[in-house]
Amino acid sequence: MLGVIKIMNIIEVDNLTKKFKEFTAVDAISFQVKQGEVFAFLGPNGAGKTTTIKILTTLLKPTAGKISLNGCDPVKNANQARHSFGIVFQDPSLDDELTAFENMEFHGVIYGLAKKVRRERIEQLLKIVELWDRKKELVKNFSGGMKRRLEIARGLLHHPKILFLDEPTLGLDPQTRNHIWSYIKDLNKEEGITVFFTTHYMEEADRAADAIAIIDHGRIVIQGSSNELKEKTGAATLEDAFINLTGKPIRQEEVSGLDRLRQNRRLFRH
Amino acid sequence: MKVIYILWLRQIKRYLRSRARIVGSIGQPLLFLLALGFGFGPVFQRAGEGSYLQFLSPGIIAMSILFTAVFSGIEIIWDRQFGFLKETLVAPVSRLEIMIGRTLGGATVAFFQGLVIFIITIPLGFHPEFVTIPLGLLFMLLIAFFFTALGTAIASILKDMQGFQLIMNFIIMPTFFLSGALFPVNDLPQALKVILAVNPLAYGVDGLRGALGGAVYFGIGFDLLILGSATILCLGLGSFLFTKIQV
Repeated sequence: MLGVIKIMNIIEVDNLTKKFKEFTAVDAISFQVKQGEVFAFLGPNGAGKTTTIKILTTLLKPTAGKISLNGCDPVKNANQARHSFGIVFQDPSLDDELTAFENMEFHGVIYGLAKKVRRERIEQLLKIVELWDRKKELVKNFSGGMKRRLEIARGLLHHPKILFLDEPTLGLDPQTRNHIWSYIKDLNKEEGITVFFTTHYMEEADRAADAIAIIDHGRIVIQGSSNELKEKTGAATLEDAFINLTGKPIRQEEVSGLDRLRQNRRLFRH
Repeated sequence: MKVIYILWLRQIKRYLRSRARIVGSIGQPLLFLLALGFGFGPVFQRAGEGSYLQFLSPGIIAMSILFTAVFSGIEIIWDRQFGFLKETLVAPVSRLEIMIGRTLGGATVAFFQGLVIFIITIPLGFHPEFVTIPLGLLFMLLIAFFFTALGTAIASILKDMQGFQLIMNFIIMPTFFLSGALFPVNDLPQALKVILAVNPLAYGVDGLRGALGGAVYFGIGFDLLILGSATILCLGLGSFLFTKIQV
């Protein structure tokens, strides 16, 4: 029985903690994601969402706790874990000076895809996200929505078991959001890809997610389906439930060195 | 191997696509050559040291490699900013491969840049010793590798560009000015000679100048030994720091 449960949970997180000096960003959280599920990870700014995703995707090392990702430990077997997921980051992560095709090609090569498979999939994916016609254009000439679509296509190129999406639809118009979500849901149904996403759009989580966890101040405050969450909090909508659980005050996020860097960017680029 | 190749190719493509960068990085050494080379030429001649342009050219070639190489290494900060670093760091390849690919790419670009300056110096009046040019190219490559790796090491520690300014002013500029690229070392005060002796670029400049037919200070074999070992150490350090990056 235990074995069966192990296989069904593609992500298992047990007492995960991450401290940055004095500050505890993630405080002993535990949750599971079932294989083939669409899982929404919600929380106010600075709650610990991105930190958790960074730990799950091997970018940060946890201070304490256990993780299992598709049956392996991303802390000990980082490379093995890296094969099993694709990720679309909160911030753009494309190379602006390369074309759409070159970005895909780069990804395919570093994930070890053979040339034939790589070229086939690049064509297929770029057609799905409707960028095939513009494959030879530099990414810096793309709009925000186009970049997002390209990133999603890239994240899927190596056929991951799990797709992490950190605020995939941030700043996109409703048309593009709709488009991206219908594509993600198709993938989830047809390919059985497990989707782990964060968002600030509650109606998005309500519509797309099979299971939801809400994190605040580094702790998980509630888990369950959208309906369960509404029932437990006695709220009519998921947004009300979210506000009930996490309170009304607006959250501050620390200004990172990167934000300052962005302002200086032009000084150094010729 | 393919991973290293694609990382290398990326650096090359980025370089060839930014025309402004190419023009800018050729313009500065050219200005140095013209202003200093012809400006101090007569004084140098009268002091009995021969042609200043002949003396200066290897120094300026080394300078262009130095700046391009450090900048290529430092580009990691931009990749961090634009998020592209994350894309490479979540991929199932070792950090060492990423570091090697990047460094090869950056060093190739810097070496190429040095080659362009080298070619420009010839119509200006630089007469290199043709037989030993391959040895000169070897020194150019070593300088390129050393400083790309150094740039990588620095960028792995820095989080933003304020620190980069400090590095530029307190490490890179002194490295250049106190390398013997601009003036002969023989009659310098003892203190400056000590600084020169711990400056890797001084061995690069000395070796390059020697290989291209100028007078040497340390000796070419010694230059090769010191710069070669320093390059290997710096590659090791850069790799180590790069593997420690968390984003």
